[in-house]
Amino acid sequence: MTVIEVPPSVGRRLAWRQVEVVERVAETPRATTLLLDVPGWPGHLAGQHVDVRLTADDGYQAQRSYSIASPPEAPRVALTVERLEDGEVSPWLAGEARSGDRFELRGPIGGYFTWSVAAGGPLMLVGGGSGVVPLMAMLRHRAARAEAGRAVPARLLLSSRSLADIIYREELHRLGSASGGPVIVHTVTREPPPPGWHGYARRIDAPMLAEVGFPPAAKPEIFVCGSTPMVEAVAEALVGLGHASLNVKTERFGATGGM
Amino acid sequence: MITTRGFTGRPGAKADRKRLPPGQYLTEDFPVLSAGPTPLTPLDRWTLALQDGGSLLGKWTWEEFQALPRTEVMVDIHCVTKWSKLGTVWEGVTIDDLLSAAGLDEPSAPYLMAHCDGGYTTNLPLEDLLEGKGLVATRFDGEPLAPEHGGPARLLVPHLYFWKSAKWVRRLRFMEHDEPGFWESLGYHNYGDPWREQRYDGD
Repeated sequence: MTVIEVPPSVGRRLAWRQVEVVERVAETPRATTLLLDVPGWPGHLAGQHVDVRLTADDGYQAQRSYSIASPPEAPRVALTVERLEDGEVSPWLAGEARSGDRFELRGPIGGYFTWSVAAGGPLMLVGGGSGVVPLMAMLRHRAARAEAGRAVPARLLLSSRSLADIIYREELHRLGSASGGPVIVHTVTREPPPPGWHGYARRIDAPMLAEVGFPPAAKPEIFVCGSTPMVEAVAEALVGLGHASLNVKTERFGATGGM
Repeated sequence: MITTRGFTGRPGAKADRKRLPPGQYLTEDFPVLSAGPTPLTPLDRWTLALQDGGSLLGKWTWEEFQALPRTEVMVDIHCVTKWSKLGTVWEGVTIDDLLSAAGLDEPSAPYLMAHCDGGYTTNLPLEDLLEGKGLVATRFDGEPLAPEHGGPARLLVPHLYFWKSAKWVRRLRFMEHDEPGFWESLGYHNYGDPWREQRYDGD
């Protein structure tokens, strides 16, 4: 059964908060994690996102939405942002922002694409590129909940362009190697994989989902996040394999904004 | 207001501000946002129903629906995820014409819930749908509406954030009292006026 938890902010206006960058971590050549100090952060659920607002000296403002990478248990809110060539906000966040910089943020937002250990599983995560970010919050949350988390079987199938483009690669390896950790399966789509590669080397398709995923009879909670074409293809394949549409939750990153 | 060191905004982005509601940016693409898989209903099994409580006020097959009076509109659309697209062209049947086709002189209740394939719902005041303000659209840019954009038919209520323009609409249900739909139950604003930036509950 799906348990929908309503974010704690419902009913009150989500206020813009002034946040400060505490640390930046380069994840891949194009993706950067910003650890933020957010005064009065009300807490969040894994899978939720925030709105970010930047203001230029002349008063011009731009807003975009970004998934939260940190689990509810973490002391700081983390955003992982991929720089889009044509982006307006992501180049600043992923390229320019450094410790001590300030901008505005409000959230958490979104009460649907969320998961907590209490909602149970099995948990099936399918990500493409930076679509791994909200899924990582779920895996980090699962890990933070120790025994209760380990009781929920979890698998992640992550599609990245190349080995160098895999976000959180080392942490995913650590999580997957831990006792009771999630099964982590990679596929790379743009470059031939290195010798000894254990993952796939093609776009995610139905046979791959059938091999990696839980069977429909296990009634997994499925979360799919990535670009629109990737999510369309994966969601259609999952339904084709017999998974109930209502168990497949999707989040699509348009090719156009900072998302 | 705090300014952000080193942020200047994208060249050209500032020129469009007058037609853009607060916090929105212009896109030339047509991004797709949905909560789940895209449902695929074959046209020979598609129907649109108009309903008041338990009673059916009207029901149209795809063929019957195509025979209703059609209206073309050019409108700006605004998604709560911040993108706006200007001058989009849609074709469909206005809610006014749909009510007439069902033999109704006036709506039978002040609110409406749209029900869609996939289980999605959204709630609207009737007055936001009448006098040409709301359509059941089946064509975009002169072509049949693609499934990922809500085809075969979606609601089109362009003066509200685009989640109100429910994709894959199949049933319109009058309500005496307002009730929240899908996103409206999950932290999003009940009405969703982009010009008042009513994105989230409490805005």
